[in-house]
Amino acid sequence: MTLTLNAPRIVETRPLLEVHGVSKSYGSVQAVRNVSAHAYPGEVLGIVGESGSGKSTLLRMMNLEEIPEAGSYTLDLPDVSGNLFELDRFARRMLCATKIGIVYQNPHLGLLMKHSSSGNVAERLLVAGERSFATLRQAATEALDASEFPLDRLDAPPIELSGGMQQRVQLAKAIALEPALLLLDEPTTGLDVSVQALVLDTLKRLQQDRQITMVIVSHDLGVIRTLADRVMVMRRGAVVETGLADQIFQDPQHPYTQQLVHAKL
Amino acid sequence: MSLSTLTKPWEAMSYGFLDGSAKRELRRKMLKSVAVPGCQMPYASREVPMARGWGTGGLQVSLTLVNPQTRVKVIDQGADDSVNAASIRRFIARVAGTPTTMDTLEADLIQSRHRIPEEVLREDQVLVLQVPNPEPLRPVQPNMSIARQMHADADYGRMWLQLYEQIVRSGRVMQGASYPSLVHGRHVMTPSPIPRWDVPKLHMAEHLTILSAGREKRIFAVPPYTRVEPLVFSDVPYKVEEHGHLTCTRSGTKGFFMNEVPQDDGSSAFEVSDSEWGVKTIRARDGIGESRGETWYKDGEMPQ
Repeated sequence: MTLTLNAPRIVETRPLLEVHGVSKSYGSVQAVRNVSAHAYPGEVLGIVGESGSGKSTLLRMMNLEEIPEAGSYTLDLPDVSGNLFELDRFARRMLCATKIGIVYQNPHLGLLMKHSSSGNVAERLLVAGERSFATLRQAATEALDASEFPLDRLDAPPIELSGGMQQRVQLAKAIALEPALLLLDEPTTGLDVSVQALVLDTLKRLQQDRQITMVIVSHDLGVIRTLADRVMVMRRGAVVETGLADQIFQDPQHPYTQQLVHAKL
Repeated sequence: MSLSTLTKPWEAMSYGFLDGSAKRELRRKMLKSVAVPGCQMPYASREVPMARGWGTGGLQVSLTLVNPQTRVKVIDQGADDSVNAASIRRFIARVAGTPTTMDTLEADLIQSRHRIPEEVLREDQVLVLQVPNPEPLRPVQPNMSIARQMHADADYGRMWLQLYEQIVRSGRVMQGASYPSLVHGRHVMTPSPIPRWDVPKLHMAEHLTILSAGREKRIFAVPPYTRVEPLVFSDVPYKVEEHGHLTCTRSGTKGFFMNEVPQDDGSSAFEVSDSEWGVKTIRARDGIGESRGETWYKDGEMPQ
């Protein structure tokens, strides 16, 4: 009797996101140097590092807000091909609107503070070309509901909401078009611990329900540990260690990672 | 040959107030704006003896277009006899020697603030609208550099966000004047603060409309027979002001854009906003000849 073994899924599937050899500097400061990263469909990639380690810059490049001096970026999606850094402004905008969702640490960056919360979510669909009021209204309500936003505050402007609620609006906006990739830039920093736990809960549930590929950037190892499958540790613009989350937290190899993990515990 | 033989003798003032180079600049920019309907063209706006914001943009266009045969009509909020309209009309007549008129049908050039006449304009007429704020994206994008990029990309999604907000807050679209409209399927423009009532008049109109903002130094145009479509949701139709059933208390005309006149007892009376149309109606009622032209709105409805 011969036993045929199927190759593990991770061998067969191709990464959804691949960033290869990106470098970016601001004047004389080299923010990111020769960084490569990849994330498989449905996987959560965590990026940790201290302030100024280049993790946010990397995330902004993944959202095509910044274009690096060198490197390539591909998304393995139907009707997306080639190095995304070479897209023109117009194609870049359409891609960001329909395929990528982002949640910023500072809600002022991602939201129109004086417009209604549902309007903020609807904007995403408007940019993608939806022109029916009823559809917009329904999609906005559904997305806000999915991110566990209280629906009686549907039309309150974010400026009147608490920090946790603002993050939920951002999240709803990010997932409104069912993006293939969700980028989270310190989504819970600045929230108090109990609210932080609630937002993390929502994120985890969303991830389980929808199998979205996520890249989460944080300096907080607790957040990364809760969400991430795989972790990348960055320092001074370069990757010092990558591995499965448990591997990194239980058995850190690089001295800097060891320091980080011990400082946390 | 000396320089003095090549130049004109000194004059106290050039024809039509503006000097030759200013008019050439305006003509070039007008041609450009006609070539790209609805696209805002920057131009070198000159000083005229009037404060910015009182129609300097429109006045410069009028002064460039006039010749001694042009019949000029000037409207301010529909009225020919308001101080602003009368002053501009007198100024143009004085510096360009043009005949003036109040009759829409007789006029060759109509400079207007906030209204389009109720009578249909013809191919040989030019409408000049004064524009205070030419940028339709300003309420949604305060950064003008980014707004220009958005125009270039036809990235107008946020304009609908504005409408969405109004419907959510008030149950209907509240944008009363300057209703953002898509010109020739490409550029969104603000059609100067004309009421919603007047926007459909621009759609496939026979006349040329030039919109000029003197303070903001931008000029744009709606050439004849060009599509002008107000931005709407696919399931929320465009609505003009509900004036179709109102009757003018002074002239008795019905089905046109009205000015509301509050009364002592708290009620409102209405009088027709296009004052010349009111005058014509009264004359017709009193049997003093004068032909009334065809109107855009018939029985308070815009025929499709």
